[in-house]
Amino acid sequence: MAVGAPVSKGFQFPYSIRTERRLTVPGWLPAATSVGALVVAFIIGGIVIQIAGGEPVKSYQHIFKAAFGDVGVFNDTLVRATPLILVGLACALAFRMRLWNIGAEGQFFLGAWGASAVLLIPLLPPTTPRIILIGAMMLAGFACGAMWGFVPGYLKAKFNVNEVVTTLMMNYIAIYWVQFWVFTSWSEGGFQMTPQFPRPAWLPRLSDYAKLIPGFGGMTLHLGILFGLAAAVVVWFIINRSRWGYEIRLIGDNKRAAYYAGIDIVRNTVLVMMVSGGLAGLAGMSEVTGMVHRLQEAISPGYGFTGVIIAWLAKLNPFAVVLVSILFGGLIQAGREIQPSGVPRMLQGIILFCVIASDVLLRYRVRIVRRA
Amino acid sequence: MINWILILQAGVATGTVLLFATIGELLAERSGVLNLGIEGMMLIGAMIAYRTAVTTGNAWLGVLTGMLAGGALSLLHALVCVSFQADQVVSGLAVNFLGVGLSLVLGEGLSKAGAIALLPVVTVPVLSSIPFLGPILFTNQSVLVYIGYLLVPAVWFYIGRTRPGLHLRAVGEYPAAADALGINVYRLRYLYVFAGGLLAGLAGATISLAVSPGWFSELTTGGQGWIAVGLVIFAQWDPWRAMGGAYMFGALRRLILDLQAPKLLLGLANPFFYMPQLGFFLKMLPYALVIVILFIGSREAMKKRIGAPAALGLPYVRGERGL
Amino acid sequence: MPDAPSAVEMRGIVKRFPGVLANDRVDFDLRQGEVHALLGENGAGKSTLMNVLAGMYKPEEGTIVVEGKTVHFGSPRDAIAAGLGMIHQHFMLVPSQTVTENILLGLDKPRFVMNLPEFDKQILALQEQYGLHVAPKAKIWQLSVGEQQRVEILKMLYRGAKVLIMDEPTAVLTPQEVDELFVTLRSMVDRGHSIVFISHKLDEVRAIAHCVTVLRHGQVTAARVPAKGATKAQLAQLMVGREVVFTVQKKPANPGGLVLSVESICAENDRGLPALRDFSIQVHAGEIVGIAGVAGNGQSELAQAITGLRRTTCGQVLINGENLANKTPGMAIKRHVAHVPEDRTGVGSSPGLSLADNLIMKSYRESPISRGWVLNRPVIRQQANQLKTAYDIAAPTIEVQARLLSGGNLQKAILAREMSAGPKLIVAVQPTRGLDVGAIEAVQRVLLRERENGTAILLISEELEEIMTLADRIVGIYEGQNMGELSAGEATLTEIGLMMAGTRRGASTAQG
Repeated sequence: MAVGAPVSKGFQFPYSIRTERRLTVPGWLPAATSVGALVVAFIIGGIVIQIAGGEPVKSYQHIFKAAFGDVGVFNDTLVRATPLILVGLACALAFRMRLWNIGAEGQFFLGAWGASAVLLIPLLPPTTPRIILIGAMMLAGFACGAMWGFVPGYLKAKFNVNEVVTTLMMNYIAIYWVQFWVFTSWSEGGFQMTPQFPRPAWLPRLSDYAKLIPGFGGMTLHLGILFGLAAAVVVWFIINRSRWGYEIRLIGDNKRAAYYAGIDIVRNTVLVMMVSGGLAGLAGMSEVTGMVHRLQEAISPGYGFTGVIIAWLAKLNPFAVVLVSILFGGLIQAGREIQPSGVPRMLQGIILFCVIASDVLLRYRVRIVRRA
Repeated sequence: MINWILILQAGVATGTVLLFATIGELLAERSGVLNLGIEGMMLIGAMIAYRTAVTTGNAWLGVLTGMLAGGALSLLHALVCVSFQADQVVSGLAVNFLGVGLSLVLGEGLSKAGAIALLPVVTVPVLSSIPFLGPILFTNQSVLVYIGYLLVPAVWFYIGRTRPGLHLRAVGEYPAAADALGINVYRLRYLYVFAGGLLAGLAGATISLAVSPGWFSELTTGGQGWIAVGLVIFAQWDPWRAMGGAYMFGALRRLILDLQAPKLLLGLANPFFYMPQLGFFLKMLPYALVIVILFIGSREAMKKRIGAPAALGLPYVRGERGL
Repeated sequence: MPDAPSAVEMRGIVKRFPGVLANDRVDFDLRQGEVHALLGENGAGKSTLMNVLAGMYKPEEGTIVVEGKTVHFGSPRDAIAAGLGMIHQHFMLVPSQTVTENILLGLDKPRFVMNLPEFDKQILALQEQYGLHVAPKAKIWQLSVGEQQRVEILKMLYRGAKVLIMDEPTAVLTPQEVDELFVTLRSMVDRGHSIVFISHKLDEVRAIAHCVTVLRHGQVTAARVPAKGATKAQLAQLMVGREVVFTVQKKPANPGGLVLSVESICAENDRGLPALRDFSIQVHAGEIVGIAGVAGNGQSELAQAITGLRRTTCGQVLINGENLANKTPGMAIKRHVAHVPEDRTGVGSSPGLSLADNLIMKSYRESPISRGWVLNRPVIRQQANQLKTAYDIAAPTIEVQARLLSGGNLQKAILAREMSAGPKLIVAVQPTRGLDVGAIEAVQRVLLRERENGTAILLISEELEEIMTLADRIVGIYEGQNMGELSAGEATLTEIGLMMAGTRRGASTAQG
């Protein structure tokens, strides 16, 4: 049944909007979409705050001041950012290979546990020289996180078991594992935390040098930040300049081509999950020895999930991860006083959502075309 | 003494939550869209349902609004995945965070556990007298549980024996074929993702209005949304297997709660009573079990060469010019 | 049929894709009761034009008139409702569903509940009418390619299509099956249907079509040329725009030592069914052995078994004396086995990586491309540029993403990569599929050059002409078995066709 002749539609707007697939992506566009997404996210967040009865502009001002207002708060922001950098790198590395490691949270917990175990089992006597003690804790943290990443990695590599669900399940198991130790064997007087770590086991911090440089007094920024920055450089180098990084990128782009090229996909999957887990574990170690100085139940306010968002917002670029981590560190720092208390979490969700939605602009362009 | 009947009875009730979430995800995945945001949709469904019930005093209204909340969130996911063709995994995660965050913010100040109008609890007259099954399935169960019983065969019939079901399957297996014959792939995917969201919202409402009435922020769902994702794979995208898995997990959750109470277990001293710290390992059990069933499911899929709907996780674009 | 009433008229069709003008003011005139061939090289715009007619694409400009009435198709549904049915080159069938379910897909009846047995009966009746037999309850993945094509045709006939558009229908058929198809088409034309036959195969077009319209680079170069009178040379010139030489300069064969010896291998396909049964073949240095067979008879699995991408369950794959069966792809690469795969974008290249990154896919492990763990970027750039020039790969820079390369240029890149590794054996699978004439010539030249250099080449191709042109020896494959061998000199299309259809060489002569 043929459709009839077109009916005259009267007045038509002389321009129409068309979307067409992009051929090339201008270099500035990914960064622009990320920034644009952030702006939109903050606007939306403001609207929600309004609905929930808060005051958006005041809230944002408060957030900015609480995060970047002066050197002291900036120090705190950087302290918050420290674990985020490592977790963000962990996620970025795995995502490069399209391995969806959502288990950074659990790997973080295991790393924190491993570092604590060195002191609390104890694996090393308390009289060990500081440098060996800290080195051992770093190793333990990385190794425990790596082990936690190994299980989902192996299952995925050999049996194609969905890594999103397995890493998530491992998160819950890790939390209960830490709870077991914190509530029972390592508990301090029945409280839900371990005794405070002895001083030599603390990562050196700026305030340790307050005698030399008075300005450092009260600054809690610790060695962990160097771990993070060093890791960023190493990860960048691995991905962009090394043979292994080439294999990772190839597997992430086209697994079948990687197989055809003779690359061992099983080995790489397991290895990347282990390094990714190790980085998250190192983040846990850094938090527990540099910042909190004890192992407790709530060692992580969802760092693992924030790492996912950071990695995506940074478009998997290690240096961008550092920048975005500082931003999110500021959000978390400020969020400690924000009412309602779920706001930072909600903002994170909105941000990630806006980033994904804005990614469409990388694939399509919008053109305004004159109608014939 | 452990009362197995009571445990199984409560297990069916708890399992109904997983059942709704799993069936919802099954529908979405059958159409080719992976929806990892179920946890967030369940949470916001639970919160809105509870809030509405507390405010209006009407539990059914709560159920309805809870479903719509889950559905609304799922539409965002559909928008980004189907229309914008974003990566479905990351979008699901984003929607999940969004749902969790929104429900925490908007659920601020909500009374924790409350005496609110609950949904009717029903005992079916004749069926509840069946030995063994009667007390478990048909006695003192919330209305939502019975809805669950009816949902599974309905979905099974719909998918396998009806024309719309045929279209659903085609869209998930080979969307290009469906498109070439004039089926609107985009519209159908939106529809089934929305259905998944409605059911996830229903699952949430089931928690906050029937199974564990109240609002306990994130603890309300406790990861059940993720378990549902795993269950769909275990169920090999078949509604009956999904049902079995859901009730099994429900019973397990219940069992874990009750295992620590009695002094004697099967006639022997109950280790979980005398060493309460073992309780943490009990809590790990459901999550470890999900990993195990995923493993089993994947092995099965490899052996039988069946598996996910072929187009699952892939955005559909009409007329991609290949090289 | 110049005075038959018009079935379909397309006027002034313009269709653009990002970066390319696929149809440039094209007119197409189909009369009732005729077989009208649409001829052109790969990339000329034939499929695009017919996709517009079938409602898959919306043209930027132009009108379509069906049986005198102007129509606008918003979707394929509208086109089908107007009596136009398209049978695509890659079948649009859901593999896990049955024949009947596929035929019923997208229809308004049955309204809700499906009573499949009833529809099975209806479809059987339809099959009787047209002589197209296939079991309604069979699942698509169980059917042969020829049977699947019948399902596609039935799908359209069931919907009352008066005009059938067939896109490269013979690409996947044996010569005998092509004859059967032509019989079917002629009988349909007798019943009043009109057929558009898209092809790039000149012999077939002259055999079946009443008239021919030729497209080149999106424009019509000749419309409604009567097929009977046209010569191959004339049609080829209209297609390509210059004189086409049909023979290739090939030096006489001078085979050297044995490089590849496949001895009685067995292998399964992805579904677990046997794909290769006791298959043996030998290739010497400096010769091209062509494998002729219809898609799905084990060729893909053979190529994969030789290059380490697939397990074999029996037999050996000896490459220069060493058994590489069931070793990793990496081993094959180390032993200088080059593989030009069937699937350019899915296996042979990485669309998101740059051209340079694609070129080092096989060589990145060794110096000078890498020094220890680190990639040597300047060397990579230099080599990539050299290869780009040597193989005439048209790309703005070596950093451009591989997904942006045209089919021909991507294939040149793959060849560049594989040849530059200094292979001893080349396994080339469908190397010229989907390429335009210029690219086809380039690929064939490269293969002949390698042959002269003493490389052993196993060529697997569905284009029989190509095999007859390039190969020194031709082996037929059917259901995973070696059907016999012909030397290039003695091979005829008929003989090869017999092997492809399952007649072992030697058996037919015995029957006399």
